[in-house]
Amino acid sequence: MSPTKSDNSVPISQLLEFYERMLLVREAENRLSKLFADGEVPGFIHLSVGQEAVCVGVTSALETRDTLASNHRGHGHALSKGVELNSFFLEVMGKEEGICGGRGGSMHVADMSVGMLGANGIVGAGIPLAVGSALAHQVQENGAIAVAFFGDGALAEGVLHESFNLAALWKLPILFVCENNGWSEFSPTGRQFNANVRELAGVFGIPSAFVDGDDVLAVNEAASELVTAIRAGEGPYVLECVTHRVRGHFEGDPQKYRAESEINSLPDHDPITKLETIISKRRIPKKEVVAIRGTIEARINAAVEAGRGGNAPDFSRAKADVYTAVEEV
Amino acid sequence: MADVRYAKAVNMALDDAMAADPAVVLFGEDIAEAGGPFGVTRGLLEKYGDRRVRDTPISEATIVGAAVGAAMSGLKPVVEIMFMDFVTIAMDAMVNQAAKARFMFGGQCSVPLVLRTPHGGGVNAGPQHSQCLEAWFAHIPGLKVVVPSNPSDANRLLKSAIMDPDPVVFVENKAMYSLKGEFDDASETIVIGTAHVARSGDDVTIVSYGAAVNTALQAAETLAPRDISVEVVDLRSIQPWDEATVLASLARTHRLIVLHEAVTAFGVGAEIVARMSDIGFDELDAPIKRVGAPFMPTPFAKSLENQYLPNAKDVIAAVEQVLA
Repeated sequence: MSPTKSDNSVPISQLLEFYERMLLVREAENRLSKLFADGEVPGFIHLSVGQEAVCVGVTSALETRDTLASNHRGHGHALSKGVELNSFFLEVMGKEEGICGGRGGSMHVADMSVGMLGANGIVGAGIPLAVGSALAHQVQENGAIAVAFFGDGALAEGVLHESFNLAALWKLPILFVCENNGWSEFSPTGRQFNANVRELAGVFGIPSAFVDGDDVLAVNEAASELVTAIRAGEGPYVLECVTHRVRGHFEGDPQKYRAESEINSLPDHDPITKLETIISKRRIPKKEVVAIRGTIEARINAAVEAGRGGNAPDFSRAKADVYTAVEEV
Repeated sequence: MADVRYAKAVNMALDDAMAADPAVVLFGEDIAEAGGPFGVTRGLLEKYGDRRVRDTPISEATIVGAAVGAAMSGLKPVVEIMFMDFVTIAMDAMVNQAAKARFMFGGQCSVPLVLRTPHGGGVNAGPQHSQCLEAWFAHIPGLKVVVPSNPSDANRLLKSAIMDPDPVVFVENKAMYSLKGEFDDASETIVIGTAHVARSGDDVTIVSYGAAVNTALQAAETLAPRDISVEVVDLRSIQPWDEATVLASLARTHRLIVLHEAVTAFGVGAEIVARMSDIGFDELDAPIKRVGAPFMPTPFAKSLENQYLPNAKDVIAAVEQVLA
């Protein structure tokens, strides 16, 4: 693990901002879990509970113009990149007013206006999309960078290897973020991938960093350094964040494949609890933390109500978006 | 009006599109320094530089995946897949990503990419370098599929494809690259989805696309002295395809044959036959015939490939059947 700045060097306002942003993702997903169990969210959802320090730590180092391609476990990526909360809930609940008109749902949340190029239902498929987005930034010389978020389950996908190679050859402005939670769907990654992501990156000449992915300060510090280097034209970097997946591969997964001892140890790694400890050491009045919790709860309540109040998507409008409408000449 | 080779006509369209729009970029295997395996992209690196004209490693999945991401981020990438057989490796990017992005993101973005790739046999390239896989793409909502039959159409359709906001599979034909055809620089733009009556006739309609249009024209020419008047409809694009023009032709001739080089079973012809037997049922004086490759891989040996590829004789036999 790379050394982290002493906690005292991080301004209190930033600690609270990280806290609020992580809590937003956590509570949004906790609520989705309940809505899913109650039948208000259809389909499949994949929660990133326990991994919030990664999406918040990385996206806090980005600008709106930067682009991000995500994966199936992408709620945190979407919300922390700036997808508006109500339109997010409306989408995942399958409503016309959702950010994607209820066409995509949890696995396809995207918002081009904030550079969120989409969650993705195909493991690894977002990685070359991010490479292409980085190519666009490079060709247009617009100063933006692209970020690919992927899990350790994507490490054995060929497109990752190809993407590392192409990004290195073309010196593209891209940050590859591996959220290593140790599980490739239902299997431990040790049984699926006979290497590690930083060694793999090194083979292609891509420098990498390794952080405790449950420590938002460490993630943000590392991401900020790498983003600065990438923006300066140094080419691609890899950031491996070791983190923990608390929920199953999908909601409803009983996780019988995980040892009880591992499940019992998960609270020790909780990134939000860790940040709360840091906050309490900095003698931040408890009422500030309580106030943040209250704000988040109110926002989520409002988003759920918005979701419930949304309309069923219109079929003909959906069908009309298969192709771009072209004005009749 | 000068004669221009098919490969050159494609090259000229790329050149014009790059000159007109700085968002147009080209990448693919050996397309820059080497000018493309068939010379189609020759001279473009020199003219537009290595930012916009790039050689890639042999990584089809990532070439097309990157094209999708680039298209979602402001570029108009035109990527080349050296042989259509190799798109098998890039199917996720085309089918799950490019085709669906606009729809599944609620119309937030379009994906203006063009995938250029040559299909077709006739050069003894064997089972993995000869396939006509266009029907796969035509089956996917969100994709467009264009298959020009001559240099002038190739030029104009490629320009339309690059201007198109949606992903287009632009199917070239390696046996046609050296074919010369009439070329008028001032000719009109072709709207994707509009067919062309390549030869007018009264007795039977042959609907085709790509190089097979020339086979149909050859058959029509052979039949003319026998007082059999054949109309040839060149679809030019198969997704969308010009149902109205085909139906109008059928309404004149009352007999229909669909010809393509691709394997007949489950091919483009099946869709055309199904539609015409529905909306054109009252016009039909004979069963609709399909002419295409048999249900087997494209063989290598010259004698085998010659038997495999549909030719003018096969078309003439089908015409005789529908007129019998």
